[in-house]
Amino acid sequence: MSAKVQVQTTINNEPVQFLCEPRQSLLECLRDIVGLTGTKEGCGDGNCGSCTVKLGDRIVTSCLVLGVEAAGESITTVEGLAHGSTLHPLQKAFLDHAALQCGICTPGFLIAADALLQKHPHPTEEQTRFWLSNNLCRCTGYDKIIRAVQAAAIEINGAAQ
Amino acid sequence: MKAFDYAAPASLPEAVGLLASQPSARLLAGGTDLLVQLRSGRKDADVVIDVKKIPELNETTFSPTDGLTIGAAVPCYRLTDDASIQSHYPALAEVASWIGGTQIQGRASLGGNLCNSAPSADSIPLLIALSASAVIAGPSGRRAVPVEEFCTAPGRNQLAPGELLVSIHIPAPAPFSGAAYLRFIPRNEMDIAVVGAGASVTLANGVISAARIALSSVAPTPLFVPAAGEALLNQMPTAAALEAAAKIAQEAASPISDMRGTAAYRRHLCAVMARRALELAVARAQEIK
Repeated sequence: MSAKVQVQTTINNEPVQFLCEPRQSLLECLRDIVGLTGTKEGCGDGNCGSCTVKLGDRIVTSCLVLGVEAAGESITTVEGLAHGSTLHPLQKAFLDHAALQCGICTPGFLIAADALLQKHPHPTEEQTRFWLSNNLCRCTGYDKIIRAVQAAAIEINGAAQ
Repeated sequence: MKAFDYAAPASLPEAVGLLASQPSARLLAGGTDLLVQLRSGRKDADVVIDVKKIPELNETTFSPTDGLTIGAAVPCYRLTDDASIQSHYPALAEVASWIGGTQIQGRASLGGNLCNSAPSADSIPLLIALSASAVIAGPSGRRAVPVEEFCTAPGRNQLAPGELLVSIHIPAPAPFSGAAYLRFIPRNEMDIAVVGAGASVTLANGVISAARIALSSVAPTPLFVPAAGEALLNQMPTAAALEAAAKIAQEAASPISDMRGTAAYRRHLCAVMARRALELAVARAQEIK
């Protein structure tokens, strides 16, 4: 085992320091060291998107990032979306549109959709499907997720011009 | 994943020195290939050297005279969002938005795509069509290699022990030139090309003055077919001329049968994808006033 490394980072706007081995993924660090278990592990090789987090200005699959690479970075996980007990509009839209069943993929979809709406306030269906193609869901058949994201876009950014 | 040490050198000489002293080191850019390979045990490393802190590997520069230099570790999303790439190399902005999905593009780099040296690499046929070169640094200094000579076998390339890819350089686009990369995949995104085709075309008074075509997923390495481009020289970009060039590209291919398609199907697709990539490259060349 190689020496553990101290990593100083910002998670959900809070300064966080953790100690990890270089071989540990950011996903492992978040879940097993920091204790933020909202981010889920699916495939472990970057295909399914369930471990999606925001890292700096873009989204990544945290299974394909080393914890040590997060030093000095700002991370947003699903725990950072709600304000206290008030759900983020995306979270509310997912509930309203039944955009989840088992829920394992949901944290990844929420983070990815949040990044989409920051980049494209009123994404088309095609843009939404293309952007979310790195997130797999085995329950919903996707249509409900797409509808939830589009409803949240209107809720957050108003009706498209 | 087996244990390894982590180093993040801040300069190129430091990285080259580290690489020379650590024969079992692996270079980490976006990690979308490397971390999967380390986790599955397909590759080993005692030290992982993160190259993203080296300024030259993490920046993109464009000038209308010198062209575009893409640091080997620049992630795809930065290329897709780069205004000068969008306007001068639209096909490159496109291909950067097609490698993996959004999250993969947040990490994966064209340098990594090149160094992973997969026969199916999406960016390589386009880089070849754009006459790109790979800028390499090592213990004995720097050298540049045309991208079509970089890959030597599946997963293998020209990098000697101790060498690393610094950047990819693409010449400034010629007036009245256009390029395109198209791939055939069963779904619309997040898939590996059954066949990919990159093409570039330059027009002079409506006649083709330069053309380059390369294919992916149909040979042990991304395949440059100089004869296909040469056949178009001094021709009008007619449907028949493009079709004939695509057929030459098809003849150079030596596809295998695997889970993504049979050799015969791939061979058929070579001509289709090469022709369509040429048509799009021509349309883009004609758009430029």
